[in-house]
Amino acid sequence: MTSNLDIARRAVELARRAGAGQCDAYLAAYDESEVTVRLGETEKLIEAGSRALGLRVITEGRTAVCSTSDLSEAAIERLARDTVELARISGSDQYAGLPEPSELAGPALPSLQIYDERLGALTTDEKLQMALDCETAALAFDPRITNSDGATFGTRVGEVALANSHGFAAAYPSTSVSLMVEVMANDTDGKKRNAYWYSDERSLHRLADPAEVGRTAARRALDQLGARKVATKQVPVVFEPMMAARLLRDLASCLSGSALYRGATFLAGRDGERIGSALVTITDDPTIPGGRGSRPFDGEGVATRRTPLFEEGTLCGFLFDCYTARRTGRATTGSAQRGVESLPSPGPANLTFAPGNVAPEAIVGAVADGLYLTSIIGHGFNPTTGDLSHGAAGFWIENGRLAFPVSEVNVSGRMDAILAAVDATGDDLTWFGSTAAPTIRVREMTVSGL
Amino acid sequence: MSNPATTSLALFADQYGVDTAVMSSLLSAALAHGGDFAELFFEHRVETGISWEDQKVKAASRNVAQGVGIRVVRGDAIGYAYTESLEIDAMRRAAETAGRIGRAGERPVPVDATPASVANSCYSAAHPLTGVPAPEKVAILERADRAARAYDPSVARVDCSIADELKHVLVARSDGRVVGDVQPLIRLNVSVLSDHNGSRQTARTGGGGRLGMEYFERVTPEDAARDAARQAVLLQSAVEAPAGTFPVVLAAGDSGILLHEAVGHGLEADFNRKGTSMYSGRTGEPVASPLVTVIDDGTIQGSRGSLNVDDEGNDTRRNVLIEGGTLRAYLQDEISARHYGVTPSGSGRRETFKHYIMPRMTNTLMLPGESHPEDIIRGVEKGIYAVSYSGGQVNISNGDFVFSLTEAYLIEHGRITAPVRNVTLIGNGPDVLSRVSMVGSDYQLSDGRWMCGKDGQSVPVGVGMPTVLVSGITVGGTSVG
Repeated sequence: MTSNLDIARRAVELARRAGAGQCDAYLAAYDESEVTVRLGETEKLIEAGSRALGLRVITEGRTAVCSTSDLSEAAIERLARDTVELARISGSDQYAGLPEPSELAGPALPSLQIYDERLGALTTDEKLQMALDCETAALAFDPRITNSDGATFGTRVGEVALANSHGFAAAYPSTSVSLMVEVMANDTDGKKRNAYWYSDERSLHRLADPAEVGRTAARRALDQLGARKVATKQVPVVFEPMMAARLLRDLASCLSGSALYRGATFLAGRDGERIGSALVTITDDPTIPGGRGSRPFDGEGVATRRTPLFEEGTLCGFLFDCYTARRTGRATTGSAQRGVESLPSPGPANLTFAPGNVAPEAIVGAVADGLYLTSIIGHGFNPTTGDLSHGAAGFWIENGRLAFPVSEVNVSGRMDAILAAVDATGDDLTWFGSTAAPTIRVREMTVSGL
Repeated sequence: MSNPATTSLALFADQYGVDTAVMSSLLSAALAHGGDFAELFFEHRVETGISWEDQKVKAASRNVAQGVGIRVVRGDAIGYAYTESLEIDAMRRAAETAGRIGRAGERPVPVDATPASVANSCYSAAHPLTGVPAPEKVAILERADRAARAYDPSVARVDCSIADELKHVLVARSDGRVVGDVQPLIRLNVSVLSDHNGSRQTARTGGGGRLGMEYFERVTPEDAARDAARQAVLLQSAVEAPAGTFPVVLAAGDSGILLHEAVGHGLEADFNRKGTSMYSGRTGEPVASPLVTVIDDGTIQGSRGSLNVDDEGNDTRRNVLIEGGTLRAYLQDEISARHYGVTPSGSGRRETFKHYIMPRMTNTLMLPGESHPEDIIRGVEKGIYAVSYSGGQVNISNGDFVFSLTEAYLIEHGRITAPVRNVTLIGNGPDVLSRVSMVGSDYQLSDGRWMCGKDGQSVPVGVGMPTVLVSGITVGGTSVG
């Protein structure tokens, strides 16, 4: 039985034989399952596996990448020849190339607790039971919860193997498990107030309690009953942790090395500048034990490490892979994200907005007139300029209290002004997959409505 | 000229030994524990791409994928499995896995798989871009680069790419129907950065469809590149967009995103049979202004959203969703159609063989009306003229939807004046559609650039619109008062 790592090594060998200069082979294998229960009945049973290989060749600075899921010797040999041939049509780029050997991870890889052997052993009935417990708790929470889009329990058990022509060859297993539920309550005018909640982790013991996930979704749906539009105003906006995490992901697109070398980020040329308030401290850390985004090496085999991005408001770092680092005269931060079919590209692993020490109730309590944001829709963020304009819903804050639900409004601002106007951060750091944030208050943004 | 259905049958038979006997046997295995129906979805997909940056080819790529997805349906529940290996043992295991949705003890169903012909012919795979020599594609990118840079001295970066795909599909169903298709798809993307004394703006355009190189004769790389450059340069003089509710004139073409978000998703039958859409139970009711007729048509020649046959083997067709403001029909896949007791509308789609079927849109468009486009703008005292978009999103339960503008202008006293910075519009489906107060006579189909996401599955779609006036929609700007 050939291991995934053997296949990756073999692909590199065959590519070299076919005339490749530098090359690396990235193999991703996984078994996945997904079960959905709706209104107490099984709605979906999905189970399958996948194994595919991507080969990147860089010859005299010319790059190509090809992929296949046929892992026979003949197919990999064809893949090697095709990729070497394809690289000939690329332009020669002095910055293209594998990591320096000293940048690569290993030989001893850190143990990051990202593999839970119990997940592969769960039976379908056990998975269905968790989904059922979640949905049942949601539906039982209140008689006004009358419908459900179902609860889904998913698992993924996999391995990543990477080999390159510098002799690097390593693999690591990982697992993930998720539970999600969406329920709704009927409102007037045919509208349904829906809400979802979820838990997305590496291992079963970290997964939130299914009944608690269900109750949270139900409560959030009920919270939106009677939601209305409000008048256009410039006011403080308090981001609940999930929304602060969403804001952080918008900002992450401005911190990537690919946006930087293209000048397609409003942060270009502003290293060392104080942009955010003193409350803005942001880091990326792929080495957090058990972290949803943790991994021992990046998509090019580079050793991962913690990277500070903002320190008390000052921009102090970006996320790089080898190519974008060389283009900008910096060093890789081990941030290469990679899929089998694509070239590496820098992105965050576990992104955190540092918490403060104020209770979230006090953050809301200090607002006389403003918006408490619980939902964002759309992709209205422009990283080049920092212009942000998102569909929004939540609550109106009156005299420090959540007064009534709000929907069909928009929040807008410019990211640099938003960061400078962060005037409170909560003590309630919460993880949503691989992004964590506390409650955050922004002193002023435009809320567009009537 | 070869028939795509027979071409596809031949590929899977010759390369993988998948013939009708194998298909019948797998379908029977899938239904061994019963079920209402089952299908096998075979797919062989080749994708090639060339990207261009810094006035040269950045990278070239080629991805080949194949496999089969097997679905068993019992009521509205599904069992699903897939395998990348088209070896008989792997496929049989997948069929058995999918069959677990059935109830043990039910009797197996014998299946006689028989190839059928496909009525539609919306595209030709005779000369797909996947087979065109790289230098011809590189020449297209070179022309785009040159045209963008020549447009204005502030153009500092031109990043572009050509992506193309050729997909052979074969659907084998437990009712015996076997249909195949060969589906080409191409897309040119151009992204331009304008740097004017340190002020940077980017803009993107894209286009293509189920076409070959002939696309570039109709829409030249120079057209695409100049449009991206023009938008990037225009944004340099953009002012802050107003905040609040204003009349918005939507230009013909890509504004069809309005339909996609305001009603399209909400009319997908799965949401409606589950009662989770705000359009549930509303067939026969007014849901839009009487000026509004919305069609979803999977048969438009060469369009990105078109299919000869949908991904569960049903013929695609032209479906009237809203007629003169009245809700007429939902987009029906097989499961939903059985629930409602109607004919499937050819709306069953999946992203790849790894994904299950859901009702999806194809090309969603509004029929033109009577008004002159110039009159529509002239009638607005203060508002927005919206031309290009980056995308949108909808919550089908409460009906709130957004779309984000990348090229838009102020309308002041009936005239188009200053360009505005990127901004998002938000509205509520039925409310916004009831505020459609003028519909122009100038219908346009979008160029092939749109991707639709639902439940983690992306599929290519088209949209089309005439110029339309919406009397009030919320503009998420930053300029108040």
